[in-house]
Amino acid sequence: MARSFHKIIVANRGAVAARVLRALSEMGIRSVAVYSDADRHAPWLEWSSEAHHIGPAPARDSYLNQETLLGVLKQSGADGVHPGYGFLAENAAFARRITDTDAVFIGPAPRWIEDMGHKTRARELAKEYGLPVGAGTDVLPAEHTAIVAAARKIGFPLIVKPAGGGGGIGMLVARNETELLAAVDKAASLAQRSFSNADVYLERLVERPRHVELQIVADNFGSCTHLFERDCSVQRRHQKVIEEAPGPNISRSTIGTVSDDIARKLGSAGYNNIGTVEMLLDANGQYSFLEMNTRLQVEHGVTEEVTGVDLVKTQVRLAADEKLGDVLPNAPKIDGHAIEARVYAEDPKRFLPSPGKLEVFRPPATPGVRVETGYREGLEVTPHYDPLLAKVIVKRSTRAKAIDDLIEALVAFEVRGVKSNIPALVTILDSDEFRAGAVHTGLIGELIK
Amino acid sequence: MAECEAKSEVTGSVWKIVTAVGQHVEAGDTIMIIESMKMEIPVIAEEGGTIKAFLVKEETPVSEGQVVAVLES
Repeated sequence: MARSFHKIIVANRGAVAARVLRALSEMGIRSVAVYSDADRHAPWLEWSSEAHHIGPAPARDSYLNQETLLGVLKQSGADGVHPGYGFLAENAAFARRITDTDAVFIGPAPRWIEDMGHKTRARELAKEYGLPVGAGTDVLPAEHTAIVAAARKIGFPLIVKPAGGGGGIGMLVARNETELLAAVDKAASLAQRSFSNADVYLERLVERPRHVELQIVADNFGSCTHLFERDCSVQRRHQKVIEEAPGPNISRSTIGTVSDDIARKLGSAGYNNIGTVEMLLDANGQYSFLEMNTRLQVEHGVTEEVTGVDLVKTQVRLAADEKLGDVLPNAPKIDGHAIEARVYAEDPKRFLPSPGKLEVFRPPATPGVRVETGYREGLEVTPHYDPLLAKVIVKRSTRAKAIDDLIEALVAFEVRGVKSNIPALVTILDSDEFRAGAVHTGLIGELIK
Repeated sequence: MAECEAKSEVTGSVWKIVTAVGQHVEAGDTIMIIESMKMEIPVIAEEGGTIKAFLVKEETPVSEGQVVAVLES
């Protein structure tokens, strides 16, 4: 018997808080927003049933403060917590503390967050499930000789990655042994700061790969399916900038087989709620497992646009023990092509952050252009959080039309007071390479100089 | 003795000062690291010299173009 939620806390800020609050409102579920000092005037607070102040601007004192958030849970009498993405969304301890109170953490079971959150353990699991996994090491030991020996086993060039977290933070390429030790030290320091875990490991670097990821949807009773792939190859500093669904120039039969196989294996392993399997696609058409994100993805909107499935409502319904067959009664289909551009407060050449006041902030109001944002004109973009100003999403019948209309929407987007990456987004979208679907993770580096 | 200034390229706050007053640095060396929007952006010495003074401390907020250290060459 499915339960029904009475009130849900959205433990996040910005565009994702706005997105989840909107879904809750449409579902007729009461909502609780939280805000730090820096977000006192944020527009999304008005879309909640009630808003609670949770502390000073730095994230560790507010959006990452588990004690305060648990206090809000108790005080508000909420029976569910939606973590959004980032902050505590992939913190297994937080998820456990929520479930210990009898409230529902809207995401997979904490054991999945824990297993997939540790990247080398996730690789081991992926191997156990028979997924394709590229060459890599376990967590590196401290001794330099042992690090060098591990690197020689998989061969250069390679990439150093934090084991305790993703998001592109602390990922560094090493092309030889001299670069290796410096990269390991730096990655460990960044990992310690960002994830409170200095563990790092090595993976063989795939040159000019594509980043293709699979949207997984599963219920609490062992049923699991997928909502096709997204291509998120266009990245700067290992962070996504442009995403699309479906992936361009992809063999439908190969991705279909890979996707069905992964969904079947995750279903039999008992994965629940939604998640994303990130893979690299190399020049030979081979997929290899990268990691699994046990949460809503920033770029979920492109999948929603082409499948017509609302992923946030899906998360909530699955967390309420609804069956997959009831949530997705018809076999998922792809209709048209959707592209998302992330508008960041950063300069369009070197992508350096540019906090400041949004003197002018006018997203395109064109019908058929979807904008997800947590800002409005006159607000301050502070250095405390990530630089995402807005996501602009366009779905059209063909990829070419989607590109043209997304460019038009971005050109119409007025931002003044902070620098924005809009000129770079337009350059990329309008490039011959992007139009031809010849995307890879190094494309920005080749196009923006 | 010529003086030169090291500036922050971004608005943010000082995360870590990785050099010391009196220390010699070469052009291209990192003097300190600024944190902004979950990124770390180094303040790089434009030319070689000796660090004469820091004008900020760790955790001080800085704005784009602000002088954060003075060097003598």
